Amino acid sequence: MSLINTLFPLGWQHYLLGGLTIGAGVALLYLFNGWVGGMSTVFSSSWSFVFKRSFFQQDRFLVSRHWRLVYALGVVLGALVWRFALAGGEAQDTNVPAWQLLVGGFLVGYGARLGNGCTSGHGICGLGSLQLPSLGAVLTFMATAFLTANLIAWSLA
Amino acid sequence: MNPNLLTPSKALATLIAGALFGFGLSISTMVQPEVVIGFLRFQDWGLMLVMGGAAGLALVAYKGFPRWFAQPLLGGQFLTQPATWDRKTIIGSAIFGVGWGLSGVCPGPAIAALGTGNTDILWALGGIVLGGLAHGLAARD
Repeated sequence: MSLINTLFPLGWQHYLLGGLTIGAGVALLYLFNGWVGGMSTVFSSSWSFVFKRSFFQQDRFLVSRHWRLVYALGVVLGALVWRFALAGGEAQDTNVPAWQLLVGGFLVGYGARLGNGCTSGHGICGLGSLQLPSLGAVLTFMATAFLTANLIAWSLA
Repeated sequence: MNPNLLTPSKALATLIAGALFGFGLSISTMVQPEVVIGFLRFQDWGLMLVMGGAAGLALVAYKGFPRWFAQPLLGGQFLTQPATWDRKTIIGSAIFGVGWGLSGVCPGPAIAALGTGNTDILWALGGIVLGGLAHGLAARD
């Protein structure tokens, strides 16, 4: 028991339940539509509506850009349902400084698109389809994220 | 039928799939950057359960459904998305990790913030939108 408390001081059930719910969404998208639902491609494919540049006009973006936006809209709806059904309707907030969110977000967007996947694309879909390159991607971004988060914590301490 | 065609019924399935995704991110508190940063600082291993649980179900889906069903329930075909191991994947993932460690936010939770009402995270969402643009503009095609 103490090991569980050490690893999961806030409890573990909600993590597993949430992960299984995310997995159910990914599985449902595959079962009904046959589509692999990573989250970061929408940040390239949606720009194809704006820019005629050949990078954005790639076939793989054009064929999926509509459903990826619907998928993202679904994520917003799911979070909205959670907020009003389970979280008392109050808006959430964070203490992470705005500059870290903005700069970090930029690197997340740039890196996920350069690396062709994020925590869901490589971490859930890639690992879920047993792809070694995705395991390499996950280990790589976990390593640099561990380093960055701890460096920030030490430098601010 | 064109396997990518977005029919109304497929749009509904996509919306529900996304809603499950966003609901799961919310109940697992992955929408809270502090929780993600806590994982990255070895204070709480919950993220492993989230990713493991999700990847486990995805494994059943990706390996099982193409064997059990001739095609997706709403038509088309079971598509695959092969990952490649090259310089771009390594460098991109490394950059992604730095940003993730700095902000505690990744693409799914950034989108979900529009639903949880976490307006602070719109900074991160804006950053991701611009990062995706910058990558596309810088890419040699």
